[in-house]
Amino acid sequence: MTILKKARRKLIQIAAFGFNNPCMGNFARGKLYKGPWKQFCSPGLNCYSCPAARLSCPIGAMQAVNGSMNFRFSFYAVGFLLAVGAVFGRAVCGWVCPFGLLQELLYGAGNLIRRVLSVVKGSTGRVPAGKESIVKETECAAGSGRLRVWKPLTYIKYIILLVFVLFLPTAATDALGMGEPAFCQYICPAGTLEAGIPLLLTHPELSRALGELFALKAGILAIVLIGSVLVERFFCKTLCPLGAIYAILNKISLLHLSCDQNKCISCGQCARVCPMDIDPVKTANAAECIRCGRCSSVCPADALHLGFSDHRES
Amino acid sequence: MKRKITVPAILLIAAGMIAYGSCRGETAIILNKAVNICMQCIGLG
Ligand code: SF4
Ligand code: SF4
Ligand code: SF4
Repeated sequence: MTILKKARRKLIQIAAFGFNNPCMGNFARGKLYKGPWKQFCSPGLNCYSCPAARLSCPIGAMQAVNGSMNFRFSFYAVGFLLAVGAVFGRAVCGWVCPFGLLQELLYGAGNLIRRVLSVVKGSTGRVPAGKESIVKETECAAGSGRLRVWKPLTYIKYIILLVFVLFLPTAATDALGMGEPAFCQYICPAGTLEAGIPLLLTHPELSRALGELFALKAGILAIVLIGSVLVERFFCKTLCPLGAIYAILNKISLLHLSCDQNKCISCGQCARVCPMDIDPVKTANAAECIRCGRCSSVCPADALHLGFSDHRES
Repeated sequence: MKRKITVPAILLIAAGMIAYGSCRGETAIILNKAVNICMQCIGLG
């Protein structure tokens, strides 16, 4: 059952990836899709400058309007995110975001390497010395060596949302009153990976303009990719401003997780498998919960329920 | 119960915001930005 549920979520993630990015042929041509779908936002983080993308990135869309000549706030993009977040909360992260899927695949690859290494060494596959400053080892009973992010780092994404997405594009403007999309410009690893690298490969003339900005963004991308191999959903936990918006709405979203305390036998299995380091028995509606359903599928007492209602009809 | 009141209220506000944003031309700004290579996204801007 657990494997079936896992496979179902993966299939939905892949389908969502395909729906967001159907124009794969554009990679070779170095062109972008230019049709009318681009005026609609995708719920997840998917760069609109990616050659394969047919929808717009909501964070990019928000900054484009915030930094435009005539407007300082995007009612359209914020309204869209409010609607999606109020119904699904961070289930968007767990089920449909392409960049979330990428991080899961990277962590899966990391797990494979860790397993091979642990078989070879007969150890538990710990991280190399020196990485402990960024992440702390999960004190899980299974001793699987899973790593988790130091809790204060999870608040960085809210600062990024406020400063780079909302404040800088509206405040740091030029003579025409236009601001730059600061998150795209200085941070976004999705833009560097999905748009920057493929477009630089097909447009040699662009490579001649490479400079410090690209070095900064490439460095952030490298940290995010390595971080995602070591820690489950490293970028989602620490840096993603879109995840921050859905996290705020997670508390009230219609799709939610609920725990029947009368059924719970306090075995701790749910907390052990949670990719976001949550104990769903204590905080079923934590801001970090991506509604992946991993906890409810391993619960031996059937105490956790993910859905639009609180408890399962018997 | 709280959800059943807040979510419809938020959805109503969100629908109003989307309609207002579309009417005042935000979708055109987004479309224009998204169909051209964004120098900031790729790290050159
Ligand atoms: S660079 Fe990042 S935030 Fe900007 S449009 Fe692309 S994916 Fe969205
Ligand atoms: S936190 Fe951001 S990158 Fe991660 S799954 Fe959610 S929207 Fe996507
Ligand atoms: S609490 Fe459950 S549904 Fe939420 S992220 Fe953890 S495992 Fe997934």
